[in-house]
Amino acid sequence: MTLFLSRRSAPEFHPSEDFQTSQAAVKLDGVKSRALETGRGRLLVAALVFMAAYGGIALRMLDVSVIEHSPDAKPAPQASIPAGDEMARADIIDRNGVVLATSLPTVSLYARTSELLDTQDAAEKLASVLPDLDVDETQAKLSSAKAFAYLRRNLTPRQEYDVNALGIPGLYFEKGERRVYPHGSLSAHVVGMTDIDNKGVSGIEKKFDPRLTTDHQPLRLSLDIRMQTIVRNEVARAMSDFNALGGVGLIMDVKTAEVLSMVSLPDFDPNDPPPATDNSMFNRAAKGVYEMGSTFKLFNTAAALDYGTATPTSSYDATQPLHIYGAVIHDDHPEKRWLSVAEILIHSSNIGAARMAMEMGGANQRAFLNKVGLLSPLSIELPEVGAPQVPNPWREISTVTVAFGHGLSVTPLHLITGVSALVNGGDYHQPTLMATDQPPPGDRIEKTKTSQAMRDLMRDVVLSGTGKNADVPGYDVGGKTGTAEKAVKGGYARKSVLASFIADFPTSDPRYCVLVMIDEPQGTTESHGFITGGWVAAPAVKRIIAAIAPLTGMEPTLQSQQAPPGRHNVAQAQ
Amino acid sequence: MTFGRTDTSILGRWWWTVDRITLAALLLLIGIGMLLTMAASPAVAERIGADSYHFVRRQFIFLPPSVMIMIGTSLLSPRHIRRLATIGMLGALVMLTGVLFLGAEVKGATRWLSLAGLTVQPSEFVKPAFAVVAAWMFSSARLEPGFPGRAIASGLYVVTALLLLAEPDVGQTLIISAIWGVEFFLAGLPMILVIGMMFMGVLGGVAAYAIFPHVQARVARFLDPQGGDAFQVSTALNAFHHGGIFGTGPGEGHVKLILPDAHTDFIMAVAAEEFGVLLCLGVVFLFALIVVRGMARLMSEDNLFVVLAGSGLLVQFGLQSIINMATTLRLMPAKGMTLPFISYGGSSMLALALGMGMMLALTRKRYGTEELEA
Repeated sequence: MTLFLSRRSAPEFHPSEDFQTSQAAVKLDGVKSRALETGRGRLLVAALVFMAAYGGIALRMLDVSVIEHSPDAKPAPQASIPAGDEMARADIIDRNGVVLATSLPTVSLYARTSELLDTQDAAEKLASVLPDLDVDETQAKLSSAKAFAYLRRNLTPRQEYDVNALGIPGLYFEKGERRVYPHGSLSAHVVGMTDIDNKGVSGIEKKFDPRLTTDHQPLRLSLDIRMQTIVRNEVARAMSDFNALGGVGLIMDVKTAEVLSMVSLPDFDPNDPPPATDNSMFNRAAKGVYEMGSTFKLFNTAAALDYGTATPTSSYDATQPLHIYGAVIHDDHPEKRWLSVAEILIHSSNIGAARMAMEMGGANQRAFLNKVGLLSPLSIELPEVGAPQVPNPWREISTVTVAFGHGLSVTPLHLITGVSALVNGGDYHQPTLMATDQPPPGDRIEKTKTSQAMRDLMRDVVLSGTGKNADVPGYDVGGKTGTAEKAVKGGYARKSVLASFIADFPTSDPRYCVLVMIDEPQGTTESHGFITGGWVAAPAVKRIIAAIAPLTGMEPTLQSQQAPPGRHNVAQAQ
Repeated sequence: MTFGRTDTSILGRWWWTVDRITLAALLLLIGIGMLLTMAASPAVAERIGADSYHFVRRQFIFLPPSVMIMIGTSLLSPRHIRRLATIGMLGALVMLTGVLFLGAEVKGATRWLSLAGLTVQPSEFVKPAFAVVAAWMFSSARLEPGFPGRAIASGLYVVTALLLLAEPDVGQTLIISAIWGVEFFLAGLPMILVIGMMFMGVLGGVAAYAIFPHVQARVARFLDPQGGDAFQVSTALNAFHHGGIFGTGPGEGHVKLILPDAHTDFIMAVAAEEFGVLLCLGVVFLFALIVVRGMARLMSEDNLFVVLAGSGLLVQFGLQSIINMATTLRLMPAKGMTLPFISYGGSSMLALALGMGMMLALTRKRYGTEELEA
């Protein structure tokens, strides 16, 4: 076939243009012939372009039909599910390799709505094998204008088989995975959870979302699930014994600041989470900020000793309530005498602590609190982190009240991290939820001597002070009680308290700190109506230490230290 | 059909002067179009709740008038073609204006006009009319010094393009622009302006991208098929693969059950799945044959108006087919464009028959002075 016909030899003369003069006609014919030459040349270009385009289309047709064997894959809504047993999201394990979060392969049922022939029939048949499926709702989904409709996520293999057996066209199974938390609520506030699309929405799951989806190695946390179990049980028991609103339990390795246990009650089951606004979703341990009360006297004492404005044998006048800056400072257990530094802690004297702080000065106090991390948010690996509420400006009255833990709100995690630094020899480490073999060097916050003094003082509190209920024979527990009246509108509520106890053990060379904090305990007959840290939180700490100490391979010391009677009694010393 | 060489009746002369190979190719395309409409449209019709053969019946109603229009138009002389196109252009402009006020909105655009019970898409008719009228103006400008043909043709282009953009119908605007550009090019536009026009074309594309959100969405989908819903195109490509060389056989495909536009923009996917890539290559060959052969015949033509008008008509026809197939094959961003004579659509078929009839008329062999007073 001839596509290009041979060009006729020469333009003809057209008599139709006879009305023109012959000269004009010739001239016009010249113009016309030049125009035609240009047009013909350019038309050839256009024809070649069209041929090339059609040639390209023909090649592409062959390419997608014959050569390209998997064109564009299927238009499935999700991709990147690895083949084989490997899951898209890595496991989360505790320090000993116990699985805290893992993924199981599942299939989800979806419909390509345009392929369905009879939506009503399909919905009814589906409901016959998936009884909890609502027929009308399903039918509406199937008839919607959307190309894809998820009908049911996470089918069991049996359900998958049954749906397949129905033989309904347009229904497909999407290979997927489902996050499973074998321990349920046990470490819910740390591990967090994912949404239905397997995207981390809280806790470690959120913080490490990119890591968990790119690196398939399990993520090893610092948690010890055995300790976590013990702590949760004991905090829950204290809560139920004292009819409390909530509770916090923490264990920290004082040398590395690894968090071995973090419990915040009430908690939730990440396998079946409550609405996001539910009270149980709130992590009191890391996000909640509270006025901690008397446990702060540890920082106050350490600061005064370290700055040298006080020595363990210094004494302060606690004979009268302290009237200062328009406020009156009382003691809860008034001794009405001069108290030594040790006695201030043992009897938890607000007046003594206030006088120590005033002697040290607000600037020193503030600088020390900053060194132990109490004035800024912690860099723990959680999205839920509370920022301390720091008095601004820091007036003299702030110096007085912060001395015994009021006017400055921090998270329970701040408290245990700070106390760990006080007793570990004086090195402050950022708290972490990652298992570490070699912690980075800490920041020096105090002299070694001060740290040694703090251990002794805390031990004294347990031996002869408000912390007697926390003593565990053989493990040299040291600690400090805290009973903070909760701030309510215009003042403090005497009956609503946060009862807490912070302990370290063994005091000879502390390895762990334990903190229990109970929110609004109610007095019981066993506690003689007391709702103080010594009666509410200290027994829980005692039971925790008694249970976890054997797990750590720590041997009990055979003879328990006894406080030499009257050793710290200023009146006798004088 | 046989005519003696000595037969000088209108039909006799037509038979010996018309390009019978192109005519046969066009009729074959129309035949394939009918076949594919029968293959693809029942599934679509059932899906929208209409009777199975709703689209087939409507398309077959348009078949006889279309063939008659094509052959009837091809009997005309270039001068009559010019007159017909001029009248058609005026009518189309009136209808395009009317569509803006009286048209029915379908899928976000107002493109259809109801005329005596028939819905007409004026934008289909304006294309061939514009190709011929613009060619007349360009050739007159070249041959009669002082005649402002280029200005008239360009003014006409601007008015038509604005009316089309108001619908909005970016695809038809693109076709009209290509017709205007190619005719201007063939009519001897200086090279510097050719480059300038290409630049304007790019600028026009960028402007369309900036102004129309659906243009942006389609480009985004083309560049990142996983990102958005490139559902129709991915499905179409799967259909090509599913069909392979010989296809699954008539009725055996399932892409028609899925694609909303299986009977219009994506009809080649149905063809590929059920009849194989061989039929698709055949269709591509027919389009290439008609366009390239038409242009080849025009190259030996002595009348500038005929060259320009014929080329404009072929550019319209060819570009539509290229855009349609390239979209289906994901060689370019999705652009709703029907495949000439193959896709379902009455207005489109009538207008194409008119355009190709005019093309056939213009490419007829003319000896001596016969009907050449253009």
